[in-house]
Formats: sequence, C-alpha cells, structure tokens
Amino acid sequence: MTTTTLTKKDILLESLGQLNFTNEPDFYQDLRQQALAEIENLELPTSKTEYWKYTRLGKIVNKTYQVTSGIEINIDQHLIPALDANIIVLINGLFNKSLSNIQEQEGVKVLSLSDGKERGVVIRDHFNKYTSTKSELFLALNNAYHTDGVCIHAEKNSIVEKPYHIINVTTGNQTISQSRNLFIGETNSSVKIIESFVNIEGSENFINNVSEIYVGENAQLEYNKIQNKEDESYQISTEQVYQKANSNFTINTITLDGTFVRNNLNIEVDAEGCETNLNGIYLGKDSNHIDNHTIVDHLKPNCNSNEVYKGILDNNSVGVFNGKVFVRPDAQKTNAFQQNNNILLTDDAVINSKPELEIYADDVKCSHGSTIGQLDDEAIFYLQARGVGKRSAINMMITAFAKDALGRISIEALKEYVDNKIETRFGN
Amino acid sequence: MLSIKNLHASIDDKEILKGVNLDIKAGEVHAIMGPNGSGKSTLSSVLAGREEYEVTAGSVNYEGKDLLDLNPEDRAREGVFLAFQYPIEIPGVSNVNFLKTAINETRAYKGQDSISAKDFLALVKEKSALVELDAKLASRSVNEGFSGGEKKRNEIFQMAMLSPKLSILDETDSGLDIDALRIVANGVNTLKSDDNATVVITHYQRLLDYIVPDFVHVLYDGKIVKTGGKELAHELEEKGYDWIKEELNTVS
Ligand SMILES: Nc1ncnc2c1ncn2[C@@H]1O[C@H](COP(=O)(O)OP(=O)(O)O)[C@@H](O)[C@H]1O
Ligand SMILES: [Mg+2]
Repeated sequence: MTTTTLTKKDILLESLGQLNFTNEPDFYQDLRQQALAEIENLELPTSKTEYWKYTRLGKIVNKTYQVTSGIEINIDQHLIPALDANIIVLINGLFNKSLSNIQEQEGVKVLSLSDGKERGVVIRDHFNKYTSTKSELFLALNNAYHTDGVCIHAEKNSIVEKPYHIINVTTGNQTISQSRNLFIGETNSSVKIIESFVNIEGSENFINNVSEIYVGENAQLEYNKIQNKEDESYQISTEQVYQKANSNFTINTITLDGTFVRNNLNIEVDAEGCETNLNGIYLGKDSNHIDNHTIVDHLKPNCNSNEVYKGILDNNSVGVFNGKVFVRPDAQKTNAFQQNNNILLTDDAVINSKPELEIYADDVKCSHGSTIGQLDDEAIFYLQARGVGKRSAINMMITAFAKDALGRISIEALKEYVDNKIETRFGN
Repeated sequence: MLSIKNLHASIDDKEILKGVNLDIKAGEVHAIMGPNGSGKSTLSSVLAGREEYEVTAGSVNYEGKDLLDLNPEDRAREGVFLAFQYPIEIPGVSNVNFLKTAINETRAYKGQDSISAKDFLALVKEKSALVELDAKLASRSVNEGFSGGEKKRNEIFQMAMLSPKLSILDETDSGLDIDALRIVANGVNTLKSDDNATVVITHYQRLLDYIVPDFVHVLYDGKIVKTGGKELAHELEEKGYDWIKEELNTVS
C-alpha cells in the first residue's frame, strides 16, 4: 500500500482543478499549459524566500477553497458618490453583465476577458506577454487558472473621458477567485480606471488577481486601486505594467482594509521619455497585514519615476513596504524618487520598510527614504488648545500626512471618496 | 474669572510649580515676570491642559468650573486661550481650515449653528488685517515656513478669530522688533474688553508700555513671590531679579 501526502501546493491546485477551460481558443489553452508547466517547478514561498520574508502565507494556504460563481448581490454601497463612470462588476472572478453598466464610448473597447479572447486580435498581441515566466507562483497560478475579468482597450489617439469603475467582488465562504484584467492604452490614448476590491457576505475567501497593463507610445493611463475588504479575506494582487516611449503611467493603491493584502506592482519602463507615478496609502487596523512590493525597472534613458507610499497602522496591524528601483546601464538621466513614510498609532503596530535602489548607470538622480514615526503629540495639543477635539485633531494630522500620496488621483470624486474614508476612520 | 489656589505641578517627578496663588477678574490685565526657568511656561501649559504636567496639589477655578477637570479642547471652547511661547509648525494642516473646525466645534459645544462660509471669510479678512498678517500666510499650513515674528502674529490672529475670555500670552513679545511688537500689542488691546482678561508673560517692561497691566507678579522658583502695580515692572527692568532673591533670603 502506498500513501501520498498532499503538499499545500497540491491542495491549492486541487481546489483550482475543478475549473474547465476546454471551450477556450487553443491559443489561450496553450498559454495555460505553459503556466502549468511553470507551476510544476515552483514551490510555495517560505520564510526563507526573500521576496516573501515578512509575509507568511500560512493563513491562506492551510485551507481548502471552493470555486463558486456567487450569489446575486447589491453593489450600490460600493459605488463612488458623485462619480460619473462606467460600472463593471466582477463577482468571484466572473464578469457580471447584469450589474454592469457600460456605455459605448468612441475609441475604446470594453469586453469581458472571455469575450476578448474569442474576438479580440489586439488582446492576443498583449495577453500573458508581460506575465509569463516570471517565476512567481501566484502569477503563474493566475496565468493557468484565471477565470474572467475585464479588457479595456483604448485605441490610438482616443481620449476617453469617462472613467471605468470595476467593482471586483468576492463573496461566499472559503471561495477562491482569480480575476484577470488586461488594459491596453494605444499610442496617444488616455484612459482612467478605478478598481475597487470588496467583499460582500462570506469570509475566509481568497482572491489572487492579476492585471496586465500596456501603456503605448505617448499614452496616459491612470489606474486607481481601492482595497476595502471587510471581514476575514485574503488578497494577493499583481500588476504587471509595460511602458512605451513618452508614456505616462500612474497607479494609486489605496488599502483601506483587508485581513491579508499582498500587492506586487511590477513596472517595466522600456523606452525613453516615460513618466511613472506610483503612490499608495495603507491604513491598517486590528490584525490586518498589508504588504506592498513594488518594482520599477528603468531600462532606457531619460525617464522619471516618483513613488510615495504612506502607511498608518493602528492596533496590532502589520505593514510591509519593499520598493525596488532598478536603473539599468542604458538608463542614463533617470530621475527616480522613492519615499515610504509610516505612522504607528500604537506600540503593537509594526512596519517593515525596505526601500532599495539598484543603480547601474552613472548619470542619474535617485533618492529614497523611509520614515517611521508617531503622530506629533505637540501638534495635536496645539490644535486641541484652539478648541479642536482630539479625534478631529488626529484626523487632521493623518489627513495631512496622507495628503501627498493622494495628489496623483486626478478623479475628483474618487479623491473625495478616499478623503471621506480616511476621515470616517479617524474622525469623530 | 480665574482663581488659582496652591497649585503644584511636576514633570517627570520634578516639581516645577510649588504653590501658585493667583486671582484674575474680568477686565483685568496681569503681567507675570520672572527669570528663565521659574515656571511661567509650565503655569500656562498646565492651564491650557498639557498632559505631560502632573498637577499634584491645588485647584483652578475658571468661571465656576474646575478647569483641571476639562480636557484641553473644552478649556479652549470655554474661552481659555494660550499664545504659545514657541508656536510649532504643522505641515499639511491649513491654518484657516483648522480654525474653521475649531470655531465650529466650539459653536457645537455651545449648542450653536456652524458659521457660514461667508461670515468665516469675512472674519478671516478682518482679523488678519488687525494683526497685519498676510491673507496668504493665514491660509497656509500652520506656521510652516513662517518667520519668528509671523508665528507670533499668527498666535494673535488665532486669538482674534476665537475671541477668548481669558488670554494667556507666553512671551509673545520675545524676538519681536518694535513694529511687530506694536502690531501685536495693538491686536491685544483691540480685543480687550470688560468681559475678558489677559495674562501677559514677559521678560521685558517694553511690552507693558503698550499693554498696560493692572498687576505685575513675579514668579520665582515655582511661586508668585511678589505682586505690585505696573511700576514693579520698571523696577525689575532696572534692577533685575537679584534684589527679589535677596529679599526672599532675608525673609526666610
Ligand atoms: N518638558 C519638560 N521636561 C523636563 N523639565 C522641564 C520641561 N519643561 C520645563 N521643564 C523645566 O521646568 C522648569 C521651568 O520651565 P518653564 O516653565 O519653561 O520656565 P519659564 O517659562 O519660566 O522660563 C525649568 O527648570 C525647565 O527645565
Ligand atoms: Mg517660558
């Protein structure tokens, strides 16, 4: 008699093995097969894996998950007030047409990924191109087992006025979902996207989502990622971004809540004259664990990148920030600025902050810095001494602290929404 | 209005105030003088409600209330104002926005409606003119990048905005040139009325030419050791504090 012990990876794969993709075009099935082959050789990260040093996966991988399409839900409470946007709803990694409200806009195609795979030629040129063979297990898992997601394709020269708001919902108990987006901004195009990650009913569910983003020549793309999962929920999230010449990419990652959040943001700046803005705010409470790993890879000369991440950690929450900037030998005249500032509101809150610069070119301007502090008691007292209540004073200080990480959100209604969220968290 | 009785206060177990007694009535101006380190700022901090200082004995009655029982914001809402000796910079917090919150929270505390945007703007305009504080400065981050004189004028601007009953000015004159001093004194005098009182902490007689006190107190080693009229300030200016120390030694 033989016994085989299943590893945690096997159990995870078993959950995902329930999925069937045989209806897909061969091209895409082949990509999935390649990813499966990659997975064979990848193991779950351990505490010895440098990239995952401060983030243990035990909580996530010790479970068996269901793959379910989820129930009918009401998304109204997750709309952003006063925001005029196209609404796209994903539930447990599946596209929900009836809850979505997408208006035709000239010069932009919006499809579910599965429709896109059937019909989109341009999608085939970009899909999986920036995510394959990265030797990251969770990226490979999404490559192999992603269900559905959103394709937004801004065509050449199209300035898309109305933003797209994707509401990415997880629901049900111990569900696993793997949504997959592809955003393409062609030459001279401009498009703005918001994606809210929320949890509606249910707990201990896990989403491993990926967005591939292509920013074409002289194009502008803004992606605002709002993570606000209440209840026990887990998210590993990857953006793989590729920038062409003179393009402008901005990402704002706002983590308002989440039991376990790991963000992998990888930006390849592979042409001259690019600008890259990557800002983030993370508000930890209770035993939240919020980890932001970012990589900006400057491969070509004359590019600017600006990175500001601000963390406010309350209770016994844990924050992790690891920001890597590579300046490759060709990338002369790079300006790279990186900063991570944290405020710990209690003695039990923790931050592991590690900004890293790796510079292989000599004519560059780069700086990085990291700070950890408390709110300034003297300043709070000063405000109180004028009649401002302590909670309001704390809120003012936190808002002031977070402010310069909000500056790159160009959508006014969204900025206000985030401001309000911060205010209700820390205000009276 | 204010009655301080046998006030003792410590910081880090070190006793700084060692039995302060002081009575202040509406309409009065009191000056507190005294050598460096005698406890003047400690007294004003204790009155404003700074938590680092521990009151170990004594009482402070303000308008019939136990002042020490109120948190700092409620003291301010009840009309106590402290112009800080060293006003701090608060980057990212707008001076006027925070004052608006302060005014509205004070109004809510008193059961009044919020101030209208229009009235608030008019108030900012009027009061910043009073202390000749550039309207642009008034709306910047609190004290950020302000010169020493601008910080002090900003304190008086805030005082004017809040129209307190009891104002404590902690060395507001230190480091001011004569023009700035006049502006600050003029601001304080304009706000003076029969219903409010002012405590001026200073080293220099000079300020008291502009803000004329009814009483001058000498705080020395945590106690008020001498009280007189405005002529006491002249005497201190001329002779310094040594004669007071000697007087104390001969008494004890
Ligand atoms: N935060 C503090 N920690 C320790 N000692 C202090 C602190 N603040 C004031 N002191 C001490 O208390 C005494 C009185 O200080 P202060 O009230 O500032 O005097 P003044 O304003 O009269 O110059 C000084 O000896 C000073 O060193
Ligand atoms: Mg002092």
